[in-house]
Amino acid sequence: MTLDKLEAGKSGIITSVGGEGALRLRLLDMGLIPKTQVTVVKVAPMGDPIELRLRGYELTIRKDDARNIEVEVI
Amino acid sequence: MKLALVGNQNCGKTTLFNQLTGSNQRVGNFPGVTVEQKMGKIKGHNDVLLIDLPGIYSLRTYSAEEKITRDFILNEKPDGIINIVDATNIERNLYLTLQLIDLNIPMVVALNMMDEIRGNGGTIKLDELEELLGVPVVPISALKNEGIAELVNHILTAVNEDIKPKVTDFCAKDSPVHRCIHAICHIIEDHAQKAKIPIRFATTNLIEHESDITEKLSLDENELDMIEHAIVQMETEHEMDRHAALADMRYAFVDELCAKTVIKPKESKEFIRSQKIDKILTNKYAAIPVFIGIMALIFWLTFDVIGQQLSDLLALGIDALASTVDTALTNFGINHIVHSLIIDGIFAGVGSVLSFVPLIVVLFFFLSILEDTGYMARIAFVMDKLLRKIGLSGRSIVPMLIGFGCSVPAIMSTRTLSSERDRKMTILLIPFMSCTAKIPIYLVFSAAFFPGHAALTMIILYFGGILVGILTALMFKNTIFKGNPVPFVMELPNYRMPSAKNVVLLLWEKAKDFLTRAFTIIFFASVVVWFLQSFDLRFNYVEDSSTSLLAGIGRAIAPIFTFNGFADWRASTALLSGFIAKEVVISTLQVLLKVSEAGVSAALSSMFSTAQAVSFLTFTLLYTPCVAAFSTTKKELKSFPKAVGVALFQSAVAWLVSLIVFQIARVIL
Repeated sequence: MTLDKLEAGKSGIITSVGGEGALRLRLLDMGLIPKTQVTVVKVAPMGDPIELRLRGYELTIRKDDARNIEVEVI
Repeated sequence: MKLALVGNQNCGKTTLFNQLTGSNQRVGNFPGVTVEQKMGKIKGHNDVLLIDLPGIYSLRTYSAEEKITRDFILNEKPDGIINIVDATNIERNLYLTLQLIDLNIPMVVALNMMDEIRGNGGTIKLDELEELLGVPVVPISALKNEGIAELVNHILTAVNEDIKPKVTDFCAKDSPVHRCIHAICHIIEDHAQKAKIPIRFATTNLIEHESDITEKLSLDENELDMIEHAIVQMETEHEMDRHAALADMRYAFVDELCAKTVIKPKESKEFIRSQKIDKILTNKYAAIPVFIGIMALIFWLTFDVIGQQLSDLLALGIDALASTVDTALTNFGINHIVHSLIIDGIFAGVGSVLSFVPLIVVLFFFLSILEDTGYMARIAFVMDKLLRKIGLSGRSIVPMLIGFGCSVPAIMSTRTLSSERDRKMTILLIPFMSCTAKIPIYLVFSAAFFPGHAALTMIILYFGGILVGILTALMFKNTIFKGNPVPFVMELPNYRMPSAKNVVLLLWEKAKDFLTRAFTIIFFASVVVWFLQSFDLRFNYVEDSSTSLLAGIGRAIAPIFTFNGFADWRASTALLSGFIAKEVVISTLQVLLKVSEAGVSAALSSMFSTAQAVSFLTFTLLYTPCVAAFSTTKKELKSFPKAVGVALFQSAVAWLVSLIVFQIARVIL
């Protein structure tokens, strides 16, 4: 499934990072790469963006962009 | 000696810069670099210049900040790099470190927040880390000023003895990436040497298709083909595209490194505390009310309590000084024109602007606390969805809100926005947020035309401004600011106590910046407006302001407002004088209508019909802000023509909207 579908509190392992251009490079640079474990911490009050935890830090990305990331739920 | 300070955002870079240089800082430009760089001499080492580069996560070139840093290092060739790394977030921070090592410049890693790691019972095996990274690692605490002297010693030694990074290979032996990198290194070796580009850096850049590096290497067709072939082969064997493969290589190296050297026994106190704070501050129901509450508190404290008191005090001081000078000049019997220049021109113009200084300082005090604690990132998180609808991101909400107080600090505060596009767009929109200086105009007009409905009038005006702002933003989003906004991928750092030193230095910087402009561009503009008000076409000094040059210009431009309903030269002259400060619109009208302060409202109601008044108010709400805001825009956009463009655009919007308002009001009122 894609990362935007992952419920708050659930974790997954990234299997692929799609999309293109600056956004994709930024995601890769921030450590969102295949085999990385990521947890959805919370969803913003208005329903978007989402807060993620990975590699010992917290990151926020928009749902539209999270749609490009495939994860395997654990 | 020239050193560069490089590191991620939120890793304490500014704090370290302030500790290393103290107040010995200045802002400057390097050729080819469009953004101003902060630089300073390292304390106790007057021959060592430290340049603070923007906080970045990678050396790729997709964002302005990253390009600046990369180009600076490649073109300015600093003698050494201090790479600050947040030890509590070491994995992601070291990703950049590996890219910096590729540049093959003497370098030291300053491992910040080591005290936090130890405080949580963890440790980092420094010797092993140093060994595996191949560069010296110095544990520091920038906030507590620990390990700074040692850091300086290490980097000086590294530079003086030209100690380059010892480890260059970050790819797993015999992996497809390894084979690809080595094949390319072999092909481009001579080219890289000739172009004076570090070979490792050149290779990874070629793999990622960074066109500027490819050009500089001047490779021939055959070589380019061979390189592309090597890359495609790697992609097939590794089952990842080139970008992912390189990121994967670096993170795999860092993961292994951290597994060997970092011991974190439990979740850090700071993280748990942040989670608790976020339970309220980014709570589904509480987040927005809390945000509104915090902003309201800041406004109240700034504009009603502290800032206003200080401003009033300063205004009293300036008035006292003005009257002393006034008396002295009169006693001295100085020429009355010079007298008027000093008192009515300079003191009135610069003086009124100077009284902003306390407001700016107090506002920035609160803003720097919002920023340094980490709350600003949460505001962006909470408000992003709303702001995205008009093509901006969550971070722009704060500068816009400050615009309701005063456009000057609002425009200044756009500096913290990470994207150049968002910055420009926010600067353009800020003046539509009605500032406090316009309140006197609204009050006088509502007393004249809508007695007893002052509050309602104000609310309509404020919302009108916001509405025009939103419409303008939507228009921009689909025209000049079309295209890809910078991705909204933002770190949410742990909440931290701000450093007092950082706050003080920031306030000093902002105050100095504003004072410099008060005595240059604002001084100049005040003298020009004074001249126009005081002389007629034949350069005779005028006693009756209705014959002045300014009134002449007012008469000349008045016909522009024919369809807006206020083609009266007194109205247009008042609007022109409003460029000095918006409060001046009323005092000019008062002078031109030849009435006392109390009589303005009555005089206005005979000058304007209600529809005309509404139209005039709409124009004042939207048209170009005062000279102080203009000079701030010029500073932030780094261009006089662009600032003029912004001012003209705002005036054009004001003209158009007030025209529409008048045509409608004429029918219904």
